[in-house]
Amino acid sequence: MVEIFQILLSESFWAASLRIATPLIFGVLGALICEKSGVLNLGIEGIFVAGAMSGWMAVWLGAGLWGGVLVAALAGGFFGLIHAILTVPLGLSQHVSGLGVTLFATSVSYFSYRTALPNVSSPPRIEPFRPLEIPILSELPFIGAVFSQQTAMTWLALFMVGLVWYVMNRTGLGVAIKAVGDNPNSVDAQGLSVYGLRIGAIVAGSALMALGGAFLTMSAFDAFFFGMVNGRGWICIALVIFASWKPGKALLGALLFGAFDALQVRMQTEVGAIIPSQVFLAAPYILSIVALVIAARRAEYPRALLTPWFKGQR
Amino acid sequence: MTSSPVLILNGLSKTFGSVQAADSISLELFRGEVLALLGENGAGKTTLMNMLFGHYMPDGGTIDIIDDSGYTESLPLGNPQASIAAGIGMVHQHFTLAENLDALDNIMLGSEKFLKIRRNKSQAVQKVQKIMNDSGLVAPMDVAVGKLTVGERQRVEILKALYQDVKILVLDEPTAVLTPQEADKLFENITAMTRNGLSVIFISHKLREVLAFSNRIAVLRHGKKVGEISSKEANERKIARLMVGEDTKISLRKKIKAGAPVLELDNLTISGSSKRESISNVNLSVKKHEILGIAGISGNGQTVLANAISGLVKPSSGKIKIDGKTITSIDPSNIIQTGVGRIPEDRHKDGIVGQMSVAENMIIEDLNSGKIQSRGLLDREAIMQNCSDLSSKYDVRGPGPNAPARLLSGGNIQKLILARVFEASPKLILANQPTRGLDLGAAADVANRLLEARQRGSGVILISEDLDEILSLSDRIMVIYDGKLRTAETHNRESLGLMMAGEVA
Repeated sequence: MVEIFQILLSESFWAASLRIATPLIFGVLGALICEKSGVLNLGIEGIFVAGAMSGWMAVWLGAGLWGGVLVAALAGGFFGLIHAILTVPLGLSQHVSGLGVTLFATSVSYFSYRTALPNVSSPPRIEPFRPLEIPILSELPFIGAVFSQQTAMTWLALFMVGLVWYVMNRTGLGVAIKAVGDNPNSVDAQGLSVYGLRIGAIVAGSALMALGGAFLTMSAFDAFFFGMVNGRGWICIALVIFASWKPGKALLGALLFGAFDALQVRMQTEVGAIIPSQVFLAAPYILSIVALVIAARRAEYPRALLTPWFKGQR
Repeated sequence: MTSSPVLILNGLSKTFGSVQAADSISLELFRGEVLALLGENGAGKTTLMNMLFGHYMPDGGTIDIIDDSGYTESLPLGNPQASIAAGIGMVHQHFTLAENLDALDNIMLGSEKFLKIRRNKSQAVQKVQKIMNDSGLVAPMDVAVGKLTVGERQRVEILKALYQDVKILVLDEPTAVLTPQEADKLFENITAMTRNGLSVIFISHKLREVLAFSNRIAVLRHGKKVGEISSKEANERKIARLMVGEDTKISLRKKIKAGAPVLELDNLTISGSSKRESISNVNLSVKKHEILGIAGISGNGQTVLANAISGLVKPSSGKIKIDGKTITSIDPSNIIQTGVGRIPEDRHKDGIVGQMSVAENMIIEDLNSGKIQSRGLLDREAIMQNCSDLSSKYDVRGPGPNAPARLLSGGNIQKLILARVFEASPKLILANQPTRGLDLGAAADVANRLLEARQRGSGVILISEDLDEILSLSDRIMVIYDGKLRTAETHNRESLGLMMAGEVA
């Protein structure tokens, strides 16, 4: 018990929580935007892989770190566009299309990696984002230590929480996205384009998801491995329900999962001899299921989620 | 009417597949006029208005808009934005409101730049307030639309159209969900607005309000305009004949002595999660050979009452007795087997399984009957035979017995449900809004079937918002308001209307 408190009070634990949460923040925000417009995007897992691969590859080819971020976002937007065309104007099953996009994006990424680097045994490394020292903040006790270990991408993720909140709650665009996810006819009756709004939301959301992947290869690590996304996309799909489609709660959910994950790593070293390590590995997932069960009972889904809309058919 | 036209439709046509929904329809609308557009379901009213609003692309024809200075402009077709810009506003039959947004956001939707950093809500509020003052239509602006009553939503829907500075307002069945008093108030407001130069087209099934509130009436049948008369010269008979092409008759309610009670509710109370899902201390009894009409505005507990009698919700307290016996296990299949036939409120959602075929939907409540199965295996031929028998007996028309039931029109879905219910010879028939949205012919058919069942000895509960229907069919009338049921002593529109609004009459 004492060990847990020691862990919870350590700076490194909170720094790690925030680091682990970063890709999830991007992913949950992306999924939130898609679902608010009425479209489930199960392409998220593959879009993470595509973002991780393409961002890293761009940097490795000499594009610069922010160039890599841009490439990752474009790659995410591209796969989002595929999903959008299949599910919005064509109205195909969002589940099937999303899983298809995940398989496609994952395979294309692995294929490109192998084609570009046929003969390497250990993955080549890039120079990743470095922790960012913020002048006054980093001098604060505790908080300073937690935040001074974070890179620019974590700051970008936190900024995105505010930006998405602002757009959704304070702009006409947000009103329109929420309306199209609740009753597309409301948008159509005002002369706005249902297809345009949904496709735009999916592309933008997918670009955000890809940044979550890019964080893995360009900030958390410095190379691309097969299987490195490891279900993070799926976690985001669950977290967005936990967050009841609210950006602030999305941040909270991501941090909660990050904290569980950071805790389990530390618990392994403390009591790993007594309890098998797999139990700890599974713990964050089990806890997120529990949290989901509690939160999802009250969840109010966007009413038009999963329902395709066709022009001239009402 | 001496004023000039504001809108001219020239020979508009539209086909859907092999159906000619609109066949070269021409129509003029004059400034400050209320034009009623009448016709059966499928006559082409909504299709015509959707072409006007740019939701459908016409196959042929033109639309001309004449502005205040007399300048005539041809409206680009199939383009909702052009129609909005030309000052055409449409209030759809099915609300086009986002329930997760408040009324103000719904009204502002689409009329502001998407990425403006600061939304000018206060200016919008002022404008809405001015429209409310001018029109008399009032609704709360800062509450999520999902929490508003149907009447309030209707007003938000109209305010939304007026906010776009419309010159021509199209109302598609605006009073379908309102009390008589609310409807009258709405038409008073509309009349007030036409004095300021607004021109109105409204679509309705209710002949009474059409006669009372329109200046001119245009009648459509099978996609063609079949008549146009001044409201002063019209009467119900004349219009009905134009609409249907023949006289429709509801058979007279023959005097017949009511028998023993078939259904009794004893202090039935259901505490739902919200007020509209609750009823308290409901007592009623329905006898053989009797139609009990329950009037009320939707959202006052009808749905929950009907669900309780159908076995879909369990009461918190109180008893349900059928034929004098208390029902101990309240679940739908048990209720059906006791002899309750149900005509549900939402016929598309609760009345049929849309993806299953017409033939399957006809037998779905009676799968154990020896007629269609033996030893647990369904007899395909018997099911098809049953379907073709019932289809001709009850006049169900559609794309065939194997087609998914969702492809049937609303009227035919209702006939399918009637066929299924009546063939089981139920002791009690629970008819919840059985003619809502049906055209005159189909509604008369439903009414006649209910009278026939009464004659045969069934007890009928008729839950309806349509007072004319309640008054013409019921032996006794009760009114539901705020989850409480009260007996109406006097059977006239006015006193029932007051009771429906919660004022003691």
